[in-house]
Amino acid sequence: MKILVLLSQVPDTTARIAFTENDTRFDANGVQFIVNPYDEWYALVRALELNEASGGSVTTVTVGPADVEPTIRKGLAIGADEAVRIDAQPVDGLQVAELIAAYAKDKGFELILAGKETIDHNGGQVGGMVAELLDLPYVPMASKLDVADGKATVERDVPGGLEVLEAKLPLVLSTAKGMAEQRIPNMRGIMAARTKPLNVSPAGPVTGAAETTKFQLPPAKGAVKLIDAEEAGKLIELLHNEAKVI
Amino acid sequence: MSVVAFIDTRGSKVPKASAEALTYARRIADAEGGDVVAVTFGDAQGLGALGAHGASKVIVARHVKHVDGQQLTRLVAAVAESSGAKTVVCVHDATGKAVAPRVAARLKAGHVPGALDIPENGQVKRNVFSGKAQAWVLTTSERRVLSLMPNSVAASSDGGEAAVEEFTGDLGAAGVTVKEVKQAGEGIPLPEADIVVSAGRGMKGPEHWGPVEELARTLGAATACSRPVADMDWRPHHEHVGQTGVAIRPNCYIAIGISGAIQHLAGVNQSKVIAVINKDPEAPFFKAADYGIVGDAFEVLPKLIEAAKKLKAEQ
Repeated sequence: MKILVLLSQVPDTTARIAFTENDTRFDANGVQFIVNPYDEWYALVRALELNEASGGSVTTVTVGPADVEPTIRKGLAIGADEAVRIDAQPVDGLQVAELIAAYAKDKGFELILAGKETIDHNGGQVGGMVAELLDLPYVPMASKLDVADGKATVERDVPGGLEVLEAKLPLVLSTAKGMAEQRIPNMRGIMAARTKPLNVSPAGPVTGAAETTKFQLPPAKGAVKLIDAEEAGKLIELLHNEAKVI
Repeated sequence: MSVVAFIDTRGSKVPKASAEALTYARRIADAEGGDVVAVTFGDAQGLGALGAHGASKVIVARHVKHVDGQQLTRLVAAVAESSGAKTVVCVHDATGKAVAPRVAARLKAGHVPGALDIPENGQVKRNVFSGKAQAWVLTTSERRVLSLMPNSVAASSDGGEAAVEEFTGDLGAAGVTVKEVKQAGEGIPLPEADIVVSAGRGMKGPEHWGPVEELARTLGAATACSRPVADMDWRPHHEHVGQTGVAIRPNCYIAIGISGAIQHLAGVNQSKVIAVINKDPEAPFFKAADYGIVGDAFEVLPKLIEAAKKLKAEQ
């Protein structure tokens, strides 16, 4: 299959979160950037697994400036055939989706996979927007995907249960836990990634629809109130009378 | 200006998140002087009662039985066009995530996923960096789509009866077919729960979950678990809260035998009050907790259950 995987660059899970320029920008100083874990562990690995069984190609696409290239090369090291960087500074979900949809249009991708959300913006919206712009079906937060005879069988967790869905290809999915297991790139993959194509595509026109104007860190949490284990029942009383939450 | 609210009404009663979304839409409509048009699908009866939560009118597509993003997007966009609405409200949950981004792309509208409050000067607050910060998003497009985070707005229910209209227009073919829905059935859906009792590896095995469930039942809480517990199949996957599982924001989160790794906190750090029970005083979770008990879960739980039963008996 010809599969497109959406990769984002995000700050490492354990990075210190701080803001600069009057709280309008993320402070990238000293922060290590990684491929968004859901894009990498679930979307990319499942794409590779499907093609290992049936043949095909996996292309990754990222919207970002040149400095994301070292990050997205990891996708090639894990096994993608080609990486594409659309040369623009990401501003909001719709802009990113429009750039990706313009790139993907008429290229014959049978599957377009994304992670369920990025761990920085937590929007979970680009996959659905790409699907709408390309007029394709979309399933968010899929935990399982199999393809046979041009048809995909998809599972996803819904509150209190599980849905089993079927859709014809081409199809767009966002992927969640259960889809695949993380792969660590080996030395051969890392060497091969150096010579695989990382192509830059110019950014076309976009709708400016939303922008983040300000960030704020949550107020510092007060110290924990400890209750003696012998009098554990007091916790229930405190939650009822003091916190008033039960 | 009218506000369109797309909500899921499947199930035996109006989902809490849907009532919240209608209340939220009503508050925006009141500020702008307009009506709330609720848009829904499926077989639910008695939809006029949605007026209690703020709907002036309900438009229902009876022939759409399941969440098909394409059909529902056409439905919501058609109603937004015909009612001249500038704001479309959705819920940031399994149903809303299939529809809201599509509606935004279709209407060339700015989308705020996981909105926490009504817009202030066109800006809407939301969580970013997995709950480690908040951001304000300004929508600059003519229309906007706001996906409300469940448990962010208290649902009101003081309105009257809404008029109900069936949508009979063509919504095209479904792109996705639902083959099967496996319902776990019982209990309170986790994302809706006000109180969540959650347990981790400290419980030592699935056979020890009885007291956890009993405490949850007594408090009217949903049960949840940590990632290792779901991975070892001690508990079903839909109970897993954390970065890779479900992110929740209940009023009260009680964590038993969970150490509180950063990935777990990312899914629960928006809870209003956090109580942690762990035998390790160095467990990182205590730093994020409001209340803590350093002690063995198997000794603490019976005391909590007893106190909870006593409290409920008094109420």
